Amino acid sequence: MAEDLLNSYMTAPDENGRFGIHGGRFVSETLMPLILELEAQYEHAKTDPTFWAEMDLLWRDYVGRPSPLYFAPRMTEELGGAKVYLKREELNHTGAHKINNVLGQILLARRMGKTRIIAETGAGQHGVATATVCAKFGLKCIVYMGATDVERQAPNVFRMRLLGAEVVPVTSGRGTLKDAMNDALRDWVTNVRDTFYCIGTVAGPAPYPAMVRDFQSIIGRETRWQLEAHEGEGRLPDTIIAAVGGGSNAMGLFHPFLDDKSVRIIGVEAGGHGVDDRMEHCASLTGGRPGVLHGNRTYLLQDEDGQILEGHSISAGLDYPGIGPEHSWLHDIGRAEYVSITDAEALDAFQFCCRTEGIIPALESSHALAHMMKIAPDLPKDHIIVLNLSGRGDKDIFTVAKHLGEEMKV
Amino acid sequence: MTRIDAKFAALKAEGKKAFVAYIMAGDPDLETSLELMKGMPGAGVDVIELGLPFTDPMADGPTIQAAGQRALDGGQTLQKTLDMARAFRETDTTTPIVLMGYYNPIYNRGVDRFLQDAREAGIDGLIVVDLPPEEDAELCIPARAAGLNFIRLATPTTDDKRLPRVLQNTSGFVYYVSVTGITGGQAAQAGEVGPEVARIKAATDLPVIVGFGITTPDAARTIASVADGCVVGSAIVKLVGEGRPVPEILTQIAALAAGAHSA
Repeated sequence: MAEDLLNSYMTAPDENGRFGIHGGRFVSETLMPLILELEAQYEHAKTDPTFWAEMDLLWRDYVGRPSPLYFAPRMTEELGGAKVYLKREELNHTGAHKINNVLGQILLARRMGKTRIIAETGAGQHGVATATVCAKFGLKCIVYMGATDVERQAPNVFRMRLLGAEVVPVTSGRGTLKDAMNDALRDWVTNVRDTFYCIGTVAGPAPYPAMVRDFQSIIGRETRWQLEAHEGEGRLPDTIIAAVGGGSNAMGLFHPFLDDKSVRIIGVEAGGHGVDDRMEHCASLTGGRPGVLHGNRTYLLQDEDGQILEGHSISAGLDYPGIGPEHSWLHDIGRAEYVSITDAEALDAFQFCCRTEGIIPALESSHALAHMMKIAPDLPKDHIIVLNLSGRGDKDIFTVAKHLGEEMKV
Repeated sequence: MTRIDAKFAALKAEGKKAFVAYIMAGDPDLETSLELMKGMPGAGVDVIELGLPFTDPMADGPTIQAAGQRALDGGQTLQKTLDMARAFRETDTTTPIVLMGYYNPIYNRGVDRFLQDAREAGIDGLIVVDLPPEEDAELCIPARAAGLNFIRLATPTTDDKRLPRVLQNTSGFVYYVSVTGITGGQAAQAGEVGPEVARIKAATDLPVIVGFGITTPDAARTIASVADGCVVGSAIVKLVGEGRPVPEILTQIAALAAGAHSA
């Protein structure tokens, strides 16, 4: 047993919140006591059966879990190689995997007696999920969103407001997701007594990366038993694939499989206009280097002086210059592979998924689909790929229409 | 003994409170900020805090964030900031310089190389906002070994249980953050700050200097009177942002310094 633990990839982070050299708690002193309190509360909740009983009930009756594991026959046939299964996270309430994590954090906030919830959002999916759960529990909700994104994602802004949340357009810096996160941290540092910061991805200071991963790991755990129980399969997948921005949907799928050495793990980053010196991409692992931002050490897009770069992706949800520290560690030790997909490739995959399976995928998930389309044809027919279809693409149709040269009015 | 230790010993001997002033290196350009820096000791500044520009200053309000952005847009780099300190040292060998900023540009340069360069440039201390005691191994301990003071922030959320840990590797002085919040935010209240400073002073022999939310000579006086001194940052940086000429800014700094020194 001891030896098994030593050889396990599933025991990280260490007591200092480190995954290898990544992770940690790089926050100002004002926040440090709050983070330690959150960690203590989470450690307690984690082993409390009543906490998980409440989660399970909400996951089933409010989110609609388990999400189906769907064999994609026409996609499989067109690609002519590996068998493709889609983990249908886009069928969750609010249309993405984000709500898995939000429910966990809001239950924790309630236990801690916090009455005011703040969140950052890029495309608006995490903001909508947070606004949704806050409405359900009658909590005050403030969502920070880059002014640029507020304009690009008008429907999600309206959704959040319908749900009773206050959406604060962030004009500081360049007005994108990283600036929204800066302003959420500024809010937290100012309103320490009553406020809970609900982070949307597996990044930030410890305990967030591990906590968000734990809440999202329901994706991988379900995948295991679903494939096991699936008629004619009864085994582990050979390859699992997910898109990575901050990396919460990917970590959720990957984590329960980390110790299964036969399972190949692939994370797909946003390659934007191509991963090169122009830095018009969001591929932190393939085009960045380790640095410290937003409470953790991880791979970041930065210039030679350590200033953070903006990056670019067609997908607002991947438009972030960093990545969760556990991904950085899995990359360093080689347990997972990370590749990148360009805007153009993601757009093709988006249409392929619509056409072959009647599913409109999120542009984020389309990056994973695009890489799957590259590797599936050369794999044997009994090779099983599970792809995390992390969100639905209704929010993206305007962006896609524009790129396909169609005029559409919101 | 660093320049910081010497300065506080001298102030104590005179029975004077310390006036610490913050400017952003390279704001709005290198020449202007160096000229301002060189004028600060004459305006009564006891310790200069030199801001290291960073794209993502999470603990700072809009005023300092905009200053950092102006500096970066003007091409300021960590090397240029070190060169600025070196140029200042040609005309002033006693006024302590504390670099204040965020960890990434330092980490990016390499901690050992940074510490050596900073020392050679005449830097005396560091305040790195996103390095709490939990991350002391990163920079705090190497900095002390290199002969630089590592000045820690204590805040209203630093309770008695945590205070010893915050003070443990701190040297030079303790920077008490008067409010929960960001720089340039709500006003510091002497009535609230006084007991907190007393609580910290009971646990350390280091001077305790109060910053955040001090904007007027009057506020500098009342806050300095309940501590060993005070810091003014955003109120000065705001003048730079408004494009005021250096002599005018120095006059305002002198008024703030007089406030603190009259405490």
